[in-house]
Amino acid sequence: MANLKNVTKKTKAQAMGMHSEVLTGRTQQKFFNPDEAENFYYFGTYDVDFNKRTDLDVKNMTAAEANKELDNLMSQGYGTIVIKNPQGKHSLGVGILNKLNLIFEGSLGYFGMGSSDGPIVRINGRVGWSCAENLMAGKVVIEKNAGSCFGAAIRGGDLICKGSVGARTGIDMKGGTIIIGGDAGAFTGFMMQRGRIIILGDVGINLGDSMYDGTIFVGGEIGSYGSDAVDSELTQSDQNWLRRKLRVAEIGENFDVSKMKKIVAGKKLWNYDNLEPAEKKGAI
Amino acid sequence: MAMKKNKKKENSSQLGKKKETAREKMIGQSIGYRYDVNLLPDYKKITPFLKKYIEAMGWDDLNWLEDVHMGYEEGKPAVFCRNANGWVTIPKSIKLPNNQQDRDMIARELLVKFQMSPKHPLVDLKKAYLKF
Repeated sequence: MANLKNVTKKTKAQAMGMHSEVLTGRTQQKFFNPDEAENFYYFGTYDVDFNKRTDLDVKNMTAAEANKELDNLMSQGYGTIVIKNPQGKHSLGVGILNKLNLIFEGSLGYFGMGSSDGPIVRINGRVGWSCAENLMAGKVVIEKNAGSCFGAAIRGGDLICKGSVGARTGIDMKGGTIIIGGDAGAFTGFMMQRGRIIILGDVGINLGDSMYDGTIFVGGEIGSYGSDAVDSELTQSDQNWLRRKLRVAEIGENFDVSKMKKIVAGKKLWNYDNLEPAEKKGAI
Repeated sequence: MAMKKNKKKENSSQLGKKKETAREKMIGQSIGYRYDVNLLPDYKKITPFLKKYIEAMGWDDLNWLEDVHMGYEEGKPAVFCRNANGWVTIPKSIKLPNNQQDRDMIARELLVKFQMSPKHPLVDLKKAYLKF
């Protein structure tokens, strides 16, 4: 567990020199002063300028080469990068932990923009399976359609598809917001644990199947509800939030959110029990 | 004086503590979430620091911070840092307001400051294990 403490007050742990301890074991104590500096970026990331723009043609590059070149451009301070000819390559733009304005002029294959934390991305085409999987923060906008497992296991940020998406959208998501302008396939929100999904169109069968928590908003027809997915009352706070999110997503600004359906977990499947980790701890 | 004491007790009990269920008592641990994960942020309560952060990142709203709330750890107010996979306890010097929306904004601000600090645990891990 990390602790927030004022460094001006010397604690016993500080006097013992525990701040520079090797990070091993189950628990850690780290001290920092919340007033030490105003910094908005991760330590060690690149200082980029949104006004510094460049193009990158990846036609003759592998995904690994393209991603490395992206990193190189960010290290030179480029804050706006336009990727030309992505030609449906898989795993493009993954693992970007930087502030960045990234534009793809074309379509991406599988796992595009996975594990990213911070960038604003616009994809002027389609995307394959598992786009923005494990997205931590930032905004990813897809102008056309997306494949299955769209936003699988995302933790945060806004993931927007202006077209329609395949099955299992937001599977296992643990935070963030997924916004779909068109329709969504079967098992949307399957096993979601938290976060929000907004679908302006229709959605397929087994919506929110086995969801633990989180919220799904649907504007169109629902094929069927999954196990433990139940209707809930749409509050004024929900409506205000929906209007703002749709403005952010640049879609459905005039959509009548008051008629949307709100689906949440019935919590009948909840079986939280922290006994298991305790038993494991004892066994170790 | 007695009334004042009661008031103090009420305030501290609002910082995430709840009545334990029989199951929780038996296993000695808390079950479930430590805050309402579906609580939507009230943007009227946003702090100047968070405004600057959003502007610096080029986002339109709180983005990932919408999912950050103030919970508790060992009875103390705390915020969960997903990068360190641990609870960051709130310093005693920070006076906490009496409503969750304001507390959440403080938690968000502190979490950003903690994650961006060179003293964050991931900085040491990066130094030790960075491959490329």
